[in-house]
Amino acid sequence: MPCEVWTEKLDAYVDGELSLPESNALADHLRGCVGCAAEALERVQLKRSVALAGKRYEPSTDFRSSIAKSLIQKSERGLGFFWKILVVPALLTLVFVVGLNFYLGRAKAERQHVYSELADLHVATLASTTPVDVVSTDRHTVKPWFEGKIPFTFNLPELQGTDFSLVGGRVTYLSQVSGAHLIYRIRKHEISVFIFPVPNASNTTISGPVQARSFNFEDWTHNGLRYFVVGDVGANDMETLGKLLRDAK
Amino acid sequence: MEVPDQRVSTATFADLALPLFDQLYNFAHWLTQDRHEAEDLVQETYAKALRGFSGFQPGTNFRAWMFRILRNAFLTSRTGLKAMIPLEDDAHETIASSDPSPETALVEQANRDSVREALNEMSVPFREILLLCDVEEMSYEEIAQVLAIPQGTVMSRLHRARKALRARLLMKSPGGVNAV
Repeated sequence: MPCEVWTEKLDAYVDGELSLPESNALADHLRGCVGCAAEALERVQLKRSVALAGKRYEPSTDFRSSIAKSLIQKSERGLGFFWKILVVPALLTLVFVVGLNFYLGRAKAERQHVYSELADLHVATLASTTPVDVVSTDRHTVKPWFEGKIPFTFNLPELQGTDFSLVGGRVTYLSQVSGAHLIYRIRKHEISVFIFPVPNASNTTISGPVQARSFNFEDWTHNGLRYFVVGDVGANDMETLGKLLRDAK
Repeated sequence: MEVPDQRVSTATFADLALPLFDQLYNFAHWLTQDRHEAEDLVQETYAKALRGFSGFQPGTNFRAWMFRILRNAFLTSRTGLKAMIPLEDDAHETIASSDPSPETALVEQANRDSVREALNEMSVPFREILLLCDVEEMSYEEIAQVLAIPQGTVMSRLHRARKALRARLLMKSPGGVNAV
């Protein structure tokens, strides 16, 4: 191949624009051709000279700062819009979710603590030689017994035709608040029903059934009273007793 | 400096554009030959680029895009309109390609000032293509994007620009006029 053909490719060669085979072929030619090698060397040097000479102007510090500041401000303005459209609702949602989780977590912890206390009361009462202070299967005996002993009254269900029977009741305390502790029996299992006053409570909010420490729990609030049913029977029996108590008149 | 789709969606314009600041300013100053005009040009470039950033094609060359905006802004400026006219003059000024003198020694002796002076004297089309290729080390493809010309034109213009530069350096060298 004549030298003119090679020299036509020298610019692309020094600029690194030739394919690898072409570049290798030209390099082979340059090793054997003094004229083309000198031409290639000149172009490399010229390119290097331009590269060095071309890096000449530097922006002033003030101008650099003003551009950077301007861009950042505009980006922030852009972000401001973005902020309004997306970030603010996202943050509000996040705050709400975190707050809700915190509230729910705290509420759950409080409930677990109450369940734990009630489970202790339930077990301690059943282990006692005198688990109830008023022994009667008659609700009309048990209910009046509490009068003057606790600062509220409540209704007990008619159990005729059910598997449940009333064992009796006693006064109990939870967090220094007095309440009623009733014992019911179903198929040789005792179930505790705790009733405590809850000021400003909304009507009939039912939670459960839940499990804590191997006991089933069901609780609800009705007419300013909070009811807890604790026992080792199945959830269906718990639910049935709960419904009887809620429907009691 | 190809920008992946995902990066465009997440990066701010400033993150991409600020690293190019020095290069853009140098190029602008070479084009305008004036500090204040260069600053105006760079400022205009950033303003236009920011406005058009949403239209930037992800996956394409961001640096080439910015340089192209700067060059277009320059072309529409008063200085640019005057500067881009005399391309043909340079072609006439160039030494014939058959000139047998590679003048390696001459190029070696050419100090930085004479190269700068020679670059300053060249027409903008030759000056800019040399700067993009040799200073910014852009590929022919990138240069083609910046200048909005085909790659073949990049190669031929670059070849002519180098010959013109070499001719000017020869003229500036001791006895260079005689040599030419």
